[in-house]
Amino acid sequence: MALKPAQKALGPIRRSFAPWLDPAAVPLIRFENVVKRFGDFTAVDDVSIDIHAREFFALLGPSGCGKTTLMRMLAGFEEPTSGRITLAGQDLVGVPPYRRPVNMMFQSYALFPHMSVEQNVAFGLKQDKLPKAEIEARVKEMLRLVKLEPFASRKPHQLSGGQRQRVALARSLAKRPKVLLLDEPLGALDKKLREETQFELMDLQMELGLTFLIVTHDQEEAMTVADRIAVMNHGKLVQVATPGEIYEQPSCRYVAGFIGDINLFEAEVAASAGGLVTLKSDEVGATFSAAGEASPGASVALAVRPEKVRISIDPPPADATNVLKGEVWDIAYLGDWTVFLVKAENSEKIVRVSRANVMRSETQPIAWDDKVHVWFAPDAGVLLTS
Amino acid sequence: MTDASAPTPAGTSPWGRRLVIAIPYLWLLVFFLAPFFIVLKISFSDTVIAQPPYEPLLDLAQGWQGIKDWWTGLDAENYGILFEDELYVASYLSSLRIATISTLLTLLIAYPMAYAMARAPKGWRPLLLMAVILPFWTSLLIRVYAWIGILSPEGLLNAFLLWTGIISEPLYIMNTETAVFIGIVYSYLPFMVLPLYASLEKLDDTLLEAAADLGSPPWKAFWQITVPLSLPGVVAGCFLVFIPAVGEFVIPDLLGGSETLMIGKTLYSEFFSNRDWPVSSAIAVLLLLVLVLPIAIYNNVQAREVGAKK
Repeated sequence: MALKPAQKALGPIRRSFAPWLDPAAVPLIRFENVVKRFGDFTAVDDVSIDIHAREFFALLGPSGCGKTTLMRMLAGFEEPTSGRITLAGQDLVGVPPYRRPVNMMFQSYALFPHMSVEQNVAFGLKQDKLPKAEIEARVKEMLRLVKLEPFASRKPHQLSGGQRQRVALARSLAKRPKVLLLDEPLGALDKKLREETQFELMDLQMELGLTFLIVTHDQEEAMTVADRIAVMNHGKLVQVATPGEIYEQPSCRYVAGFIGDINLFEAEVAASAGGLVTLKSDEVGATFSAAGEASPGASVALAVRPEKVRISIDPPPADATNVLKGEVWDIAYLGDWTVFLVKAENSEKIVRVSRANVMRSETQPIAWDDKVHVWFAPDAGVLLTS
Repeated sequence: MTDASAPTPAGTSPWGRRLVIAIPYLWLLVFFLAPFFIVLKISFSDTVIAQPPYEPLLDLAQGWQGIKDWWTGLDAENYGILFEDELYVASYLSSLRIATISTLLTLLIAYPMAYAMARAPKGWRPLLLMAVILPFWTSLLIRVYAWIGILSPEGLLNAFLLWTGIISEPLYIMNTETAVFIGIVYSYLPFMVLPLYASLEKLDDTLLEAAADLGSPPWKAFWQITVPLSLPGVVAGCFLVFIPAVGEFVIPDLLGGSETLMIGKTLYSEFFSNRDWPVSSAIAVLLLLVLVLPIAIYNNVQAREVGAKK
């Protein structure tokens, strides 16, 4: 989506956009100890999140983790069993959905089948009894924004999936809500269109300066679009952080495993001194050294991302740490990356190593059943205690 | 439309397919078109005191001359009678009026019923549907007779109202148009409820959520979303009630008394009391035209809309 010149200036601002680090900043949306029960089932379990104005915030988790319920409580379709939800200081509990200054883009799009594209987009504005001329102008603006002007008089069933998605987006943006809620907005699109639309959504959010809250189970989508991600599991909030932090500093085994691929080495802390921990891992029969601090005797997991593990047939350089010997078990060539699954010597542990294919051909290609060395730096891994 | 050059699906010969299509057409031809043409022919005949009570009769024994005499003996005189005697025009108009009012009343009662059924918990719905269809298990005639017992001056309704003290004199509902309305609404209610239920049940709840999200309170969303999307059910239900109601005979005859003028009753008396088959046939043919034309136009419009969707 083309940006207007004046609004391009928002770009650099966003780069340093981190209101959640500013203790003086007042969040726009606050979930305070929100609990939602359906009978015996606890869908949302004591969740507190602060979301700031102009943030692109993602709720991420597997299906049934409570992320959609949390969003529906903000939209007003469900009321929390206990806890408070405030928007710009106003308590939302008890306010019906049609009086909340938030709009939602539904997973199924929920376009009104008996109305044209134009009428769908105008629907929200007509409820506010805006002057006719203003409604027309705004509908036009919205259709231009989502590049659907030529389809204004079509009915939803005459549009493609991607076009319907745009109508749904235009309709939910037409009222200029304080917060736009997106419930798995791109789930029905194919991969390529989905990726394109992700970038369009980001541009749109910057251009309009709105707060977006997206619900998704697709970790890549959350990483792409969001300023911050809240990872949920079984109704509980597991970690809230920026995509980079979530990936590099997962708070627990669950987050580490849910976002991207990871090698988890179960180990016991043998010694801890000077910011360096020595770990003894019975799992692979090796000793690791990792950056961090832990009390000796504690059992931890050393989490290392595959791309931070090096691999070679030749012995590693003399200063290499955390070296394991092994045998190539499987190779997946993905074009940009090659993933090696290496079976560690004298154990059942499979170590996942990924390597960027920066050269078009290898001088010494690694093949199946090759004896290889894998190693990683002490600061490559994260110590996880839970 | 089937494309003539399109290959037929494996296992069905073009003849097999034609046969399958031919069966319903044959059925219509034998059981609808043939009797209709007989009625049409009688409507162009003249009444005589004979067996059968009309002429000319086709006498094939006289060969070509017989066919010629038969053809020249036909005329549209009976249709002229329908417009000369104001009884017939009045009957038609009264029928249309009563059917229209009854259809609207039925819609008014059936819509909330169908809506409640469609919103009921899933497990209840078959039971509620059953309850709607249940009256069909008894003969219409018996059910209409039962209404006499309810509506007559000494009937259940009056007894109850007198007992509660709401009225001091019995209400005379029997043998009025009100009784006919009650009878028609009662008898045709399932025909309205079922198509309405079918279209309301399909309604996607997220559409109502979307409407609420965009600022439409529930009562407004009902008019903006639910009603327009249930229109196909409304139209189907109205046709199913209106068409038989126009030609209704049993209900006005039993409940409406002599005061109620309906084309079904006029046709009955023309046929059985007056023994004027040609005029009653003309009444039937004209009734068919009055009903078929709007339906054909509606179907045409709808077919075009469906075509546009494809």
